[in-house]
Amino acid sequence: MMRPIALPLSVLAIASLLSMIISVGVGSVAISPAEVWSVLIGDGSGLQRTLVLELRLPRTLSAFATGGLLAVAGALMQVLLRNPLADPYVLGLSGGAAVGALFAMLAGLGGALVSGSAFAGAMLATVMVFGLAHGTGSWSPSRLLLTGVVVAAGWGAVITLMLAISPARELPGMLYWLMGDVSYARAPWAGLGLLALVCLIVIPLGRSLNVLARGPMQAAALGISVRPLEWLIYVLASLLTATAVTMAGSIGFVGLIVPHMLRLVLGNDQRLILPACALAGGTLLVLADTLARTVIAPEQLPVGVITALLGVPTFLYLLHRSR
Amino acid sequence: MSTLRTCDLIINVPGRPDGFALNMSIEPGQIWGVLGPNGAGKTTLLHTLAGLLPTRSGQVILNEAPLVELKRRDIARHLGLVFQERQDSFPATVMETALIGRHPWLSPWESEKGDDQKCAQQALEAMEVDHLSDRLLSTLSGGERQRVAIATLMTQNPDIWLLDEPTNHLDLHHQVKVMNLLRNQAAENKAVFMCLHDLNLAARWCSHVLLLYPNGDACWGSADTMLKPSALEQLYNQKLMTVQVDGAPVFVPVSAGV
Repeated sequence: MMRPIALPLSVLAIASLLSMIISVGVGSVAISPAEVWSVLIGDGSGLQRTLVLELRLPRTLSAFATGGLLAVAGALMQVLLRNPLADPYVLGLSGGAAVGALFAMLAGLGGALVSGSAFAGAMLATVMVFGLAHGTGSWSPSRLLLTGVVVAAGWGAVITLMLAISPARELPGMLYWLMGDVSYARAPWAGLGLLALVCLIVIPLGRSLNVLARGPMQAAALGISVRPLEWLIYVLASLLTATAVTMAGSIGFVGLIVPHMLRLVLGNDQRLILPACALAGGTLLVLADTLARTVIAPEQLPVGVITALLGVPTFLYLLHRSR
Repeated sequence: MSTLRTCDLIINVPGRPDGFALNMSIEPGQIWGVLGPNGAGKTTLLHTLAGLLPTRSGQVILNEAPLVELKRRDIARHLGLVFQERQDSFPATVMETALIGRHPWLSPWESEKGDDQKCAQQALEAMEVDHLSDRLLSTLSGGERQRVAIATLMTQNPDIWLLDEPTNHLDLHHQVKVMNLLRNQAAENKAVFMCLHDLNLAARWCSHVLLLYPNGDACWGSADTMLKPSALEQLYNQKLMTVQVDGAPVFVPVSAGV
């Protein structure tokens, strides 16, 4: 059933906007929403312009894009695997990305090369898991899940190995990357663009996803070409995750918790849940990042720690309260 | 109006010899019952007829076109299936479940409109589950879920109805309700093909019967020629007593066994 879609989405859009205003305004120098506005239309003092346009806004938008991408990827993976425990990282994507990023750091590379290496690692992990799960026969969701979990364990071992042999001065950066950190993310546009694109794609795809959530046989009986659709979801979710991981390291829990929280409140119509995930995931990460850089200012915490600390109790509460 | 034909069809039951090739024609207005013991391949046959499983050999032909050459979406407009087992990994309401039956009829850009809602509502009313329309599927009893599944097929409204034990979990009143619904659908030139375990339902409501043996043998024909006690006793390896009630045979298993 097509539930009223406009109300929840506008509420979430307003929440997103508010979270961004808070995030841009809060920090070592407080900037009021009016001042932010004047900077955005081209006025404001030099300091304010630097703070907003070069530091806080890119970081806020990166956090929003990362959170949105992870939440949408999580929702897609859960439908693909028909397993409520699936999240963007369960198939070993973050492991592959982490190995790529740590390798670049160990090699003494910086900035864009670390990101590029992380993206390559995530895509390699995707192809590997899918190829292995495919094997000689057909792949089933449980086989894909199991392959992913085992491959992820393998990546985990490689990560530990790399940490063990790394020089001590590289360790803090590596650990921050592993826990997820948006403080170096400065190029939000690719992520935001991808997020918007996916929200457009799911408009025609949403009803098919709803039917696929009933199981592949039922979906095929209702006229869905199951295998191509599953491929599309897999590639899409992998691309979203790889982009998010590349921007901000591996941030846990967003992809697992946001879709579930929304399902508990809004039901499971993918046409509503997927755009809602984009907005709610973004909002959660923007708020978490704001906390991460203000709680013990001037020190900063990895944002992944905050998402877990906020997300876990909220999720448990909603689960406890639900039917 | 659609016809489903099988052309030298051997279904793919793992580890079983080929048995007898099926050459049936399921025509508008007919109600077919498939009878056979556990493991005879009734569900496999049903899934093969819907194009969900590959054949071992032979073809399934929907209106002169081999099923394998048709798009799933076109198949779903002509042919629908009620499964014996259903997954519900995610919570869904009864109304949402019935409405997915409209999926093959809507373009990707459309969402369900008033007409689709009305269609689903009527199906839920026909199956007497309309009062549950806002309930979550997971909170219903087995029989109520079975009725929702049949309402979903009714919402899909295909020409050919395939049903895997449609009376499973149903109380007597709703068994009769479902069988009468299927008879009404056949009267509107739909074709019905279902697996059954209840010989007496088959005897009262089916026009045609297919007997499926565990070794792959099969025979089919009009219900009155197929429902002979001797054949059924051999099929189920179970002694039967037969009495006539209301012009239809009633088969009762003899408790002493064979």
